[in-house]
Amino acid sequence: MSTATDTPDRTDKRPAKAPARAGRTRPLRWWPAVVLLVLVVAPFSAVPVPGVLDGPLGSAGSLQLLATCLLFGALATGYDLLLGRTGLLSFGHALYFAAGSYATNLFLLEAGLPFALATVLGLLFGIALALALGSVSLRVTGIGFSMVTLAFAQAGSILVSRNPGGITGGEEGRAAPSDLLPSSLVGIDNTANLYWIALAYLVLTLGVVHWAVRSPTGRVWEGIKENERRVEVLGLKPYGFKLTAFVVAGGLAALGGIVHLLLTGGSTPQTTTSDFTLSLLVMVVLGGSGTRWGPMVGGILYTWADHRLGDLAGSGAVADLPAVLRVPLSQPLFLLGVLFVAVVHLLPGGLARLPSRLRAASNRKETGEQ
Amino acid sequence: MSTLVLLTMTGLGLGALYFLVASGLSLIFGLMDVLNFAHGALLSIGAYGTWWAASGNLPGAGPGGAGFVLAVLFGTAVGTAAAVLLELAVVRPLYTRPREQVLATVGVGLAVPALLSGIWGSDAHTFPGPEALGGTFGLLGAQVPVNRLVLVGAAVVVLVALRLFLGRTRHGLVVRAGVEDRAMVTALGIDVRKAFTLVFAIGGCAAALGGALGGLYFGSVDPHQGTSLLIFAFVVVVTGGMGSVTGAAVASVVIGLVQQFANYYTAAGLGDLAVVVLLAVLLLIRPRGLTGRLA
Repeated sequence: MSTATDTPDRTDKRPAKAPARAGRTRPLRWWPAVVLLVLVVAPFSAVPVPGVLDGPLGSAGSLQLLATCLLFGALATGYDLLLGRTGLLSFGHALYFAAGSYATNLFLLEAGLPFALATVLGLLFGIALALALGSVSLRVTGIGFSMVTLAFAQAGSILVSRNPGGITGGEEGRAAPSDLLPSSLVGIDNTANLYWIALAYLVLTLGVVHWAVRSPTGRVWEGIKENERRVEVLGLKPYGFKLTAFVVAGGLAALGGIVHLLLTGGSTPQTTTSDFTLSLLVMVVLGGSGTRWGPMVGGILYTWADHRLGDLAGSGAVADLPAVLRVPLSQPLFLLGVLFVAVVHLLPGGLARLPSRLRAASNRKETGEQ
Repeated sequence: MSTLVLLTMTGLGLGALYFLVASGLSLIFGLMDVLNFAHGALLSIGAYGTWWAASGNLPGAGPGGAGFVLAVLFGTAVGTAAAVLLELAVVRPLYTRPREQVLATVGVGLAVPALLSGIWGSDAHTFPGPEALGGTFGLLGAQVPVNRLVLVGAAVVVLVALRLFLGRTRHGLVVRAGVEDRAMVTALGIDVRKAFTLVFAIGGCAAALGGALGGLYFGSVDPHQGTSLLIFAFVVVVTGGMGSVTGAAVASVVIGLVQQFANYYTAAGLGDLAVVVLLAVLLLIRPRGLTGRLA
């Protein structure tokens, strides 16, 4: 009897509630498209964004900074394919990024290939390197894997700074020849084109990661992250799946290296160092490892903060402070390091978890008041 | 012959430096599963502490004789204190989350060199040392710098002290047991967290001593010295088998010698390359390192 009286109540409630919920969530679901649209048209705008950017939105300097932010947002997203999705802690991601940048640059400079061909070959070189080194490093697991990837990346870094045959340019790096690049990608007037390339790279990375994670392979990655032994017991060989993740992430990083080459007009040895990989790690953890938007947000925020804190250090407001405050504030890496430790301690799950934590806190407050 | 002797002694000196960093790193990893990325920062703190004291800022300390010994002691003490602080303030609150402990030490490893270069500038400072340690001595026809001998001596003392501590004392027993099986030690009712702080103190002490004496070896201090040594210390730790002090000692000698000889006989920089390739090959043949996992 009681069920009979309950059922109409529920059916009564449902139609009343459903449109309200759909009305609330449908516009919210499309926010990435809105953000993307805003980002696409940003170069046409001259809106000043005081505090965030120095010049108006569409100026070359602002676009350069924004493009760098987008590039690193994408790189962090690609790196999280290993860290947050498959549970692989690689300390050698910089190698594949640098491989894309240096290989493309050298195909242009030394082999004299046309730009499009050099780009494709540079990308293929990065993928081949990831495949070769990944298949070796994945033979050990856990911290051993981290160490082998670190060792390979360090070997690459030493090789680049040793400048074999004068082709890598050693400590100075190698500038990309502007006469060999398409004219629409060179010069300060064409910063908007570079910005759009960086944006396209970000969209592509987000798309690839999103699609890969939802594919059957992505489910196995999740299983490997949670419990590799159990995946083995189910009759699947984790090695192949891990290698797939490694190569996809390496390929995305190599592509990012090519975008970086265009954006900065050259290859620098700083991109080969373990510090570079560690900064990717910081970005991912800052934003929230294993979430869809977290690594991107972390990468964008880190890059922006790194630039802006450098400007802050040189500003008069900091120079007049007493030494106790001035010294730490003049070191962006110090502030970022401390911020990172604070996030690891106080905000497990990174910035991506912040909204749900705030919601949970306010819910607790409400129920507490009732 | 004289080149051979000089290279061997320099390689041993470098190996001694690696051992001072790697021994603590290895114990910390073996016991806590924490790869301490801030270990290079501890070395830098020790180096800067010694440099600061020896430059005449600490009463009684100075660049020569007893004053220098006091300066080294001061630097080591500061490094040890920093290590204890690191464990209590940064690592301990994340007790149940080993991966986040590693991440937190990455943050500290970034912040400390930046702070050091903020206070004393990012350029290298000349390291003051006693006259007696700046010279050379004759060995089988080669003129070997004395500071190599000081480093090797310090490393041997630390090795013997660590062996005695681990083998003969109750705390050492707890640490060894913890490296073998932490859960079992906890189940037996022993508070293993005290051992964590102890191991961090020991590791920090050895690393800071390495920093203080590394200043003699390199002749200067700069904020990023520790970080660049850390990668090779990692190589030593993994090669020697994580958690093993003896393994770390053997591996640091091998790595130091290989690096020096390859750098001299092939081309500069190729020795560093040889070392990391060696590590990769070794891990693929013997994933647990030279000695396996034994304290």
